[in-house]
Amino acid sequence: MSILKRPQMRPVVVALAALALAALSACTIDNPQSTFDTLGPVARSQATIFYIIMYAGLVVFALVMGLIIYATIRYRRRYSDLDPEQVHGNSTLEMAWTIIPALILIAVAVPTINALFDNSVSPDPDALTVRATANQWWFEFEFEELGVVTANELHIPVGEVINVELDATDVIHSFWVPKLAGKVDMIPNNDNTMWMQADEEGVFFGQCAEFCGESHALMRFRVVAESREDFDRWVAEQLADAAAPSDPLSRQGHDLFMSLEAECWSCHTVRGSSIAYGDVGPDLTHFASRMHMGSGIMDNTHENLVRWLTDPNEVKPGNVMARDGSVYNDPERALTDPEITALAAYLRSLE
Amino acid sequence: MTTLQVPMIARPVHPEGIWGWITTIDHKRIGILYGVTAFINFLIGGIEALLMRVQLSGSNAEIISPEVFNQLFTMHGTTMIFLAIMPLGAAFFNFVIPLQIGARDVAFPRLNAFSYWVFLAGTLLLHMSWFLGQSPNAGWFAYAPLTGLDYNPGKGIDFWIVSLQVLGIASLAAAFNFIVTIVNMRAPGMGMMRMPLFTWMTLITAILLVLAFPVITVALFELLLDRSYGTNFFFAPAGGDPVLWQHLFWVFGHPEVYILILPAMGIVSEILPTFSRKPLFGYSTVVIAGVVIAFMGWLVWSHHMFTVGLGPIPNSVFTITTMAIAVPTGIKIFNWIGTMWKGSVDFRTPMLFAVGFIVTFTIGGISGVMHAMSSSDAQQQDTYFIVAHFHYVLFGGAIMALFGAIYYWFPKYSGRMYNEAEGKMHFWLMFLGQNLTFFPMHFLGMDGMPRRIFTYGADMGWTELNALQTAGAFVIVLAVLVMMKNLWQSWRSGSPAPSDPWDARTLEWSISSPPPEYNFEQIPVVQDRDDWWARKRGLVPRRAPAGASSDGHGIHLPQPSFWPLVAAIGIFVGAWGILYSIPVLAIGGAIMMVGLYAWSFEPVNDPEPQDGEGD
Repeated sequence: MSILKRPQMRPVVVALAALALAALSACTIDNPQSTFDTLGPVARSQATIFYIIMYAGLVVFALVMGLIIYATIRYRRRYSDLDPEQVHGNSTLEMAWTIIPALILIAVAVPTINALFDNSVSPDPDALTVRATANQWWFEFEFEELGVVTANELHIPVGEVINVELDATDVIHSFWVPKLAGKVDMIPNNDNTMWMQADEEGVFFGQCAEFCGESHALMRFRVVAESREDFDRWVAEQLADAAAPSDPLSRQGHDLFMSLEAECWSCHTVRGSSIAYGDVGPDLTHFASRMHMGSGIMDNTHENLVRWLTDPNEVKPGNVMARDGSVYNDPERALTDPEITALAAYLRSLE
Repeated sequence: MTTLQVPMIARPVHPEGIWGWITTIDHKRIGILYGVTAFINFLIGGIEALLMRVQLSGSNAEIISPEVFNQLFTMHGTTMIFLAIMPLGAAFFNFVIPLQIGARDVAFPRLNAFSYWVFLAGTLLLHMSWFLGQSPNAGWFAYAPLTGLDYNPGKGIDFWIVSLQVLGIASLAAAFNFIVTIVNMRAPGMGMMRMPLFTWMTLITAILLVLAFPVITVALFELLLDRSYGTNFFFAPAGGDPVLWQHLFWVFGHPEVYILILPAMGIVSEILPTFSRKPLFGYSTVVIAGVVIAFMGWLVWSHHMFTVGLGPIPNSVFTITTMAIAVPTGIKIFNWIGTMWKGSVDFRTPMLFAVGFIVTFTIGGISGVMHAMSSSDAQQQDTYFIVAHFHYVLFGGAIMALFGAIYYWFPKYSGRMYNEAEGKMHFWLMFLGQNLTFFPMHFLGMDGMPRRIFTYGADMGWTELNALQTAGAFVIVLAVLVMMKNLWQSWRSGSPAPSDPWDARTLEWSISSPPPEYNFEQIPVVQDRDDWWARKRGLVPRRAPAGASSDGHGIHLPQPSFWPLVAAIGIFVGAWGILYSIPVLAIGGAIMMVGLYAWSFEPVNDPEPQDGEGD
């Protein structure tokens, strides 16, 4: 006689079935930020620790549930019941369920702390170092030794240790690429570091994991792991000055960008230009070489760029450009549609 | 300074109706006030949660704006923790503790009324921020520098600071009151190791409150100075340290977590023996485990900060201390099962909630140990995995137990029986709903969904589970509606409750339901840990009760008073002054001083107690 056949257990059966379904649908490790699909040594070691404690936890859970289910069936009150024996405790049993869990915990603590030190201390302090700086709500990546500055798309060579220095200019953010490594916070005035390594080529999703204000949910990035040759080629391209506008439309956009009316240059850098060396917004020197825009929230297409330039606050509420950019906060200086088209054409020409 | 006749308003004697409630200093009425207010807050916090669940039910939804969403999760967390779970616990401290220890009231009845009114003031302040369009929006732990004026120029954070300070006053006053009550006012014969478990856990909770709230008070004051006067405790550009805020907050915040869960553990430790007809298994062990949990709660705060970059050595230390807490927690779980073992288990509604508590709390406990593993926690910190964890311990844990308590003591405070069938339906709907809502969050967290995001892309693979959770949230709504209907109808027209409907074990069941104003006609002499059970079963010899009085005549009870309310109004007005205009602070301070002064000089009984006073 199964307890699950009792009428009052019907909701439990439904719940269990729904949970099983949910678990199945969640078991696809293809999801872009799955921590089970580990593609680097740090994430792998973290997942190993997770599996250890998860299996230990499942055993404990099964034990507790078994005891509860047994007790609820076996000791259910019957009309004929007399008062049960008034047992006040059992020292041996209580010692056992104090000491055994303690031993289990000690056993899982050892690999945990080993992994903690392995993951915290870079195996190669002299390896390639990137400085990741968080802003509301985008990431800047700078390879100081290579002279490369970019935003929201971090290229790394596959199979190599990458040291990451973490900083923030405003509030606390967190650097997280689930498939490569667990997160470490990016805190103003705190020099945090981490390391990671990608074992396979690919594009990995990253996302800010510490609540950082209105558009926290829209602060994402990508890590592009590629072969050493491809990475070196990417570095060479990034080191070049911005391409000069070739067609009339993008020339018009360039002139607007560099104008006193639009003032884009006061916040953005376009290397090779005479005045655009602003350091408030992302470096746009090679904007068109990036796959995504708006901090990983949309594909880098002409349409998306027009949407962004038309009303940045609609795309990313509360952002600095919409708040402080004179073409956005002063209606008299607002950009016209043709101007936006020209600006977009110019930005899309910055290969 | 000669004797000054301060009270110009005569002290109320047996006021009727609304005035009876406003001036009451009866712990039972104050308990009911706490309970009703906290339940309304629970509904408000629940609506906030529902709005978030609707927004997250699909990818890229645009139902709620990001700014409102951020206010919603900040208010949901703050409301549920400070305005729902804590005061629901306080409701039962108030109603049950004096009855359980055989006392006629708490040690300081007017201070008790003051605690409630100040709590209400803090509640109103926080909720009013919605109507002023400036609700706090930096999360319930309000990390600096996001709370700085540069990033948060509105009044929302100020509302959050000021209402938490006001609530802190209420909590501290209540905590001192209950410590003194429990230490001093137990019936003769009730040694510390004969106290009911709920009284024990209340005592521990009150001590934690007294030690923890000063930390947050200082931190909030510093934050207020940073925002109002440009000091730099937490803001980096001028050399402040945002991590300092995190340390201060969590040194308070972790004991706060135990402030939320220890009363729940006490409730479950009352319900299980009653409905198993057995004493609590390993009473001393369970008490000591509670003390150990409370003590160790001070040694684990940095496990909230494993990704802050404190370094591997601090993270190792806090990994070990945090994992160690699993030991006393596990002891409690096994002792609860031991209590049912070989018992005569009656699955009435409170018992269902107590057993449900063990199940969901065990899940939350296990995911807690997973979080303790700092190396793998780097993947789970600030994701939906942690959201799953703390909803399993706070909703599946604290709220489950508190709802169990609402049913368990319902006959005692209402004098009527609830509807058992609807109670069971409530339990099963809620058990189903909460698991549908919160269990999938584990998978979402491991799938990389950060907490506190107002939207997510369709390509992330999170849509189905989020839709399922939103459906689960509506099952919880249904459960709560069933509960409200049941409680409403039963309180108005349920069948009258006998004094001891559950064949229970502790003193509150030895007196009528609802208890008379003076609680005990005769203060009992306690001779056993489960004294009422032992008396009923004739296991202890009859002893003459202390303070003999046959029918309540001549029992002197302190009379109702206006002044705690006046003092609380002063604090409420003063809080608006801090928010908007310093002169108003002075007015509020003056009102408070009048209240406190009049209260201090108010005679205990005024006018002279009359015969038949306590009827």
